Amino acid sequence: MLLKTAFSRPEKFSVYWKETLRQMEDIGIGSLVIVGLISVFMGAVAAVQFAYQLDGTLVPSYYIGYIVRDLAIIESAPTITCLVLAGKVGSNMAAELGGMRQKEHIDAMEIMGVNTAAYLVLPKVVAALVVIPLLVTISAYVAIIGGYLAVVPSGAISGDDYERGLRAFFVPRNVEMMYIKSVVFAFILTTVSCFQGYYVKGGSIELGKASTNAVVYSNILILTSDYLIAALLMG
Amino acid sequence: MIIAKDIFKSFDETEVLRGISMEFLPGKTNLIIGKSGAGKTVFLKILVGLFEPTAGHVWYDDIDFFSLDKKQKREIRMKVGMLFQGSALFDSMTVEENVGFPLDMFTNMTQKEKLHRINEVLERVNLENANDKYPSEISGGMQKRVGIARSIVMQPRYLFCDEPNSGLDPKTALLIDELIKEITYENNITTVINTHDMNSVMEIGDNIAYLHLGQLAWTGNKNDVLESDNELLQSFIFASPFLQRLREQALGE
Repeated sequence: MLLKTAFSRPEKFSVYWKETLRQMEDIGIGSLVIVGLISVFMGAVAAVQFAYQLDGTLVPSYYIGYIVRDLAIIESAPTITCLVLAGKVGSNMAAELGGMRQKEHIDAMEIMGVNTAAYLVLPKVVAALVVIPLLVTISAYVAIIGGYLAVVPSGAISGDDYERGLRAFFVPRNVEMMYIKSVVFAFILTTVSCFQGYYVKGGSIELGKASTNAVVYSNILILTSDYLIAALLMG
Repeated sequence: MIIAKDIFKSFDETEVLRGISMEFLPGKTNLIIGKSGAGKTVFLKILVGLFEPTAGHVWYDDIDFFSLDKKQKREIRMKVGMLFQGSALFDSMTVEENVGFPLDMFTNMTQKEKLHRINEVLERVNLENANDKYPSEISGGMQKRVGIARSIVMQPRYLFCDEPNSGLDPKTALLIDELIKEITYENNITTVINTHDMNSVMEIGDNIAYLHLGQLAWTGNKNDVLESDNELLQSFIFASPFLQRLREQALGE
């Protein structure tokens, strides 16, 4: 019901566009540092773990680069990034909308004649659908750099071998899957969070619960759809 | 004119409004008064369409509001302004952006025209030079005035005010009352004010409706209040011994 109303024709395109740009900045610029930090460590940990696992085996060491790359593209960049964004961006959206509901901002807009579901939800969803795949792309690159920094300077593997691994067995379909996942997860985390915030009732305790629920439900749905996408596209 | 007819409202098993019928006249300050829990806010929210009544009708002139579809309701709402108890100003916007929000959303005015209209209404509420301030940077009384400016920027035909004086000192409350009264008279607006401020009752009560336990218990104007023998109204308005003595002096008892 909320989505049906949210995806109706904007009253004025320019106002919605301005709000969408604001949301893009909030989601994108506001999340760059946390996404970068998490990604660099994800890549580093993956590289170190695989270097340890492969040590003394017959598996060539350049496989570390290959595994870090595919792990980043297929799983860690889209899924872990979106789980983190559900915590950061999702809880923020739920709290923002819930606060607006409690302070009668939404009522004020309704009385002005604004389609509040559209004005408050649609720009967030559009912004997330554009910005989150970009963040996921950055995350994948940073994870690969993190892997490089963790194993190459320490001498566990040479730079040439790591690079050879990055180029080995490349399947473009994995990149497609990364973008499919990031779009689906972006949609889930924004709509679930907006729903929780938009319909909040009561006081600060309920607002806190809505914010928590936004994160919990988003995470459950992201992980469920992660499995479904993997099963459908790789099965 | 706004007419409410046989309005009932229940939340689950609790009946909050029990058959209220009332007329709100244009060019008049129409006050709804009553104790906390009497149903004033629920009634006001039904009048503006934020709540749907369990039974009953609300007419804006000759249009039955609750028979309209969403799009038609929005058209009516373009003619409605509302001042909220907590002002409901958008925190992330400046005073100018708050007042200009309805203009941005619903008009095709140029930037220059918008700024002219914004400054005009800000001047009307005596708030020049506050354009760039955020709501958190101005006082409660100023926030109310920004709220009034935003509610009249689209030149509404109907103005609703929910507890316009709550949280204000008596002097500022009088200024806000005076402002609402002047705007009502100047523009021949149908103004509905929900209040339990006795100064408002005695100063700007052109039409007063007293609600008690979800029912209409008394109607009249500010001149009728002193002489009314309605015990419910008297016990509400002259609740303190001080006001009771003033009433007795005024009536020469």
